[in-house]
Amino acid sequence: METLLQQIVNGLVVGSMYALIALGYTMVYGILGLINFAHGDVLMVGALVALEAIRLLQIHAPELGLVPTLLAGLSISVVVCMILGYTIERTAYRRLRNAPRLAPLITAIGVSFLLQTIAMIIWGRNYHSFPQLLSTAPLEAIPGVFITPVQITILVVSATLMVALVVLVNKTRLGRAMRATAENHKVASLMGVDTNKIIAATFIIGSALAAVAGVMFSSNYGTAHYAMGFLPGLKAFTAAVLGGIGNLGGAMLGGLVLGLVESIGGGYIEDLSFGFFNSSYQDIFAFIILGVVLIFRPTGLLGERVADRA
Amino acid sequence: MKYSLVALAVLGLGASAVQAQEVVKLGAVAPLTGTQAHLGKDIENGVRLALEEYNAKGVTLGGKKVKFEVMAEDDAADPKTATTVAQRFVDAGVKGVIGHLNSGASIPASRIYNEGGIPQVSPASTNPKLTQQGFKATFRTIANDVQQGLGIGKFAATSLGKKVAVIDDRTAYGQGLADEVDKAVKANGGSVVTREFTSDKATDFLAILTRIKAKNPDVIVYSGMDAQGGPMLKQIKQLGINAKFITGDGGCTGEIIKLAGDAIGPNAYCTQPGLPLDKMPGGKDFNARFKKRFNADVQIYAPYAYDAASAIVEAMKAANSSDPGKYAAHLGKVNFPGVIGTVAFDARGDIKDGAVTVYQFKAGKWEPVQ
Amino acid sequence: MNQLALAIPWLGKRNPAAARWVVILLAVGAPLIAVLFGKSWVRILDFAMLYVMLAIGLNLVVGFAGLLDLGYIAFYAVGAYTFAFLASPHFELHLPFWLVLPLGAVFAALAGIILGLPTLRLRGDYLAIVTLGFGEIVRIFMNNLNHPINITNGPQGINMIDPLVLFGWDISKPLKVGDEITINSLFLYYYVFLACVVLSVILVQRLQVSRVGRAWAAIRDDELAAKAIGINTRNMKLLAFSLGATFGGVAGGLFAAFQGFVSPESFSLMESIAVLTMIVFGGMGNLAGVIVGALALTALPEVLRHVAVPLQQAVFGHVLLDPEVLRMLLLSLAMIFMMLLRPSGLIPAYSRYSRPELVVGKEAGR
Repeated sequence: METLLQQIVNGLVVGSMYALIALGYTMVYGILGLINFAHGDVLMVGALVALEAIRLLQIHAPELGLVPTLLAGLSISVVVCMILGYTIERTAYRRLRNAPRLAPLITAIGVSFLLQTIAMIIWGRNYHSFPQLLSTAPLEAIPGVFITPVQITILVVSATLMVALVVLVNKTRLGRAMRATAENHKVASLMGVDTNKIIAATFIIGSALAAVAGVMFSSNYGTAHYAMGFLPGLKAFTAAVLGGIGNLGGAMLGGLVLGLVESIGGGYIEDLSFGFFNSSYQDIFAFIILGVVLIFRPTGLLGERVADRA
Repeated sequence: MKYSLVALAVLGLGASAVQAQEVVKLGAVAPLTGTQAHLGKDIENGVRLALEEYNAKGVTLGGKKVKFEVMAEDDAADPKTATTVAQRFVDAGVKGVIGHLNSGASIPASRIYNEGGIPQVSPASTNPKLTQQGFKATFRTIANDVQQGLGIGKFAATSLGKKVAVIDDRTAYGQGLADEVDKAVKANGGSVVTREFTSDKATDFLAILTRIKAKNPDVIVYSGMDAQGGPMLKQIKQLGINAKFITGDGGCTGEIIKLAGDAIGPNAYCTQPGLPLDKMPGGKDFNARFKKRFNADVQIYAPYAYDAASAIVEAMKAANSSDPGKYAAHLGKVNFPGVIGTVAFDARGDIKDGAVTVYQFKAGKWEPVQ
Repeated sequence: MNQLALAIPWLGKRNPAAARWVVILLAVGAPLIAVLFGKSWVRILDFAMLYVMLAIGLNLVVGFAGLLDLGYIAFYAVGAYTFAFLASPHFELHLPFWLVLPLGAVFAALAGIILGLPTLRLRGDYLAIVTLGFGEIVRIFMNNLNHPINITNGPQGINMIDPLVLFGWDISKPLKVGDEITINSLFLYYYVFLACVVLSVILVQRLQVSRVGRAWAAIRDDELAAKAIGINTRNMKLLAFSLGATFGGVAGGLFAAFQGFVSPESFSLMESIAVLTMIVFGGMGNLAGVIVGALALTALPEVLRHVAVPLQQAVFGHVLLDPEVLRMLLLSLAMIFMMLLRPSGLIPAYSRYSRPELVVGKEAGR
């Protein structure tokens, strides 16, 4: 029983990180119909910039406490990623907005690899240890079930950001413009919405979320690496599709469900398949879910949009 | 000025005519670019030092004085590049090759050396398959993963605890080593309570560690690289698991200590094939010579590369020829005191009595246990 | 053959006949030129031929039918593993290549249909991501199917695969002509691979102007309209997937025989992306472009190693960016800038049914 509870805790923590990353995918997809392949790599840049900033702060301003240092590093990386997100949209995607779908997708893959390569040149190929500013000392919540302060922070921050984003999209002027643009570019611009600005804003917000996710990811695992964004990015995309792409609530639900499936599946697949499969298949779950959802319910769990628009 | 140049040229010609030196080229190959560039350079320098010392001493083969030359190449730790480089060695007519570092590069390249009739001695590839292909002139001076897996399994089951959980990263290295550990644990009276798997790109091990926790093992063996080992140690602590932890040479680095932060303690062990440099019979002296020549520290593989090159030269001396067809048969029979200990090969081409050293984490670094 | 002439841009337009002969001479003489720089370059040419086959196959799917496949390397893997299973000591089977190679192609085609059937309804980026997942699933299964029954030998891969034996003649051994001349097996492999490439080119060219090729072009340009004029889009898409996969399967089998060793490492996502870059770089939908793209990008890492490394050493005194990093940098920049500035590739398509510029600017009303 404690084992199952522990797996659920593990799954929820991973899942809330997936959810946060998935929000970025889902926002961009909702508005542009583009899979922003580079989103996971923005996350990586966020983590590595924060790492660099924190290192510098620790040398030059050691009197700053742990949490202020982390917050300062986080803000710097959020700003850097916002600029990066805007630059990517402006240079690589905007010109291709009316091109056939293959073109922006290939560019997106190119941007993803470009970011990884540049990061590899700057930070090298080694794994970096990420400063542990929040405690990872385990707390025994229920007998036999452990959770760390970092993990609690991740759950709280993710939930807060998600709620904030929902409020932004549903209650503000910017949010209304975003929804209008997502519905129909041309009509939105006829109604006086500056769609270029709105799309840029979407990228900026998405990148800021990716930066936060990157810092949380690195704080939790204590490492940062030039290729760290790819796999979480792919899985978060799966989460977005699972929940119904273009739907904010769906991205959150999808993230949590995927996290739980991976954790519980990885823990029990061997018993469930009578030893035929084992934890080496853990990374397959995301891909299989992705395929099954797209084939049988392309709108996802909560999606109202038709996924298959040419 | 002009005259003196001509005179010099004439003198130079004369000198080479008098000595009638035969140049023998040996290949040294390892990744000289990329993340392992420092280890590759270590191998190249080891070979260079050995051949320079032989040149200084003077070696005569078949009545002719020979001069050894190094042809260094970069395989970028990539299997495809390795085969291209191997082909280049065969074309250039080198008499023997010392390399490669990575097993993934060594194995496909060994096929080309075998076809080209060139002996290969690897100073660093530990995958058992390298010498199991039935090639007559493929050797290595480092203990292979069978020997290391045996060392880990035996130490885990006899010194750390009977109930063992094994995790591997599903790479050729990780899986091969884990299989040997599994066998050795059982052979030494221990039991493998579970085998779990991850990947060399993973960061989250909580699901498999939670599963392991439920089986309550005494020891967790991790067969993989340091980049995963560090975060894994953290997550072991985070789940409140009290088992001991032991990993192979992939995790026996300074990097894992950095990555694990405060989660690594005296409960962590690791193994390295071979002896630590200061425990090698010729270690101290070698270190001094190496430092003087290259103004660099020995990383890991220089002594093995040095002895690999020496083995080739010793075999040539025994055959009294640098012809690969003639001296290859003598390579299997060499027996001389090298830096790493006595250099002699078994029937497959593996080093005899390949040593494996166990280290324990103490006061911020890895300290040899035995 | 007119397309081949286009591989040489200037001459091709003015004197296609001469250009055609230049191409043929180059193809036949390439290893003889390469060997002047060392046999290792012949080996690179051999690999280049395999990539040309892969690029031709992927081009069928992406360039002709407009279905973006990011898991194409899976078919290469299926072909390679089929060869390894049936012609190596792994299962103690040593079937002849003329049986194994077609079987590999058939299995790859089957895999293509298995991937194609459920994904027929998906278009554009969804298809891309599902095929990416498919490629990874295939790789993960090959990496793990050594337990509980050992099928693929897991991450260790399969070694000692039989070489190509053509009618009792082992081409991995040097060929002796008379007493004096021996021809190295690398040359023999090159010509065998070249023959396969030539066959593929002829086949694909016929296909492109056939009913099928035109149907693909129609689907690529506007699926709805294609359906409306009576094209069976389902069957046509399945055909594209399975035919494209066939080329991958054959190339995979040849790779296994040539290398003698296969392991899951060789079939990573990065390889799929590399092949995709080749066709993007050369010119999607255009045979000559795709071939030039494949040749250029296969030679790139070696050229970088021989040019960039000494150049950097001369300028900076040490190697600043190693060739692998430089290659990644150039590949990713090529993908971005090709799409932004020259979406039709280095050598734009010229035939009626392969004009990507027709596609550009369409579908604007999203």
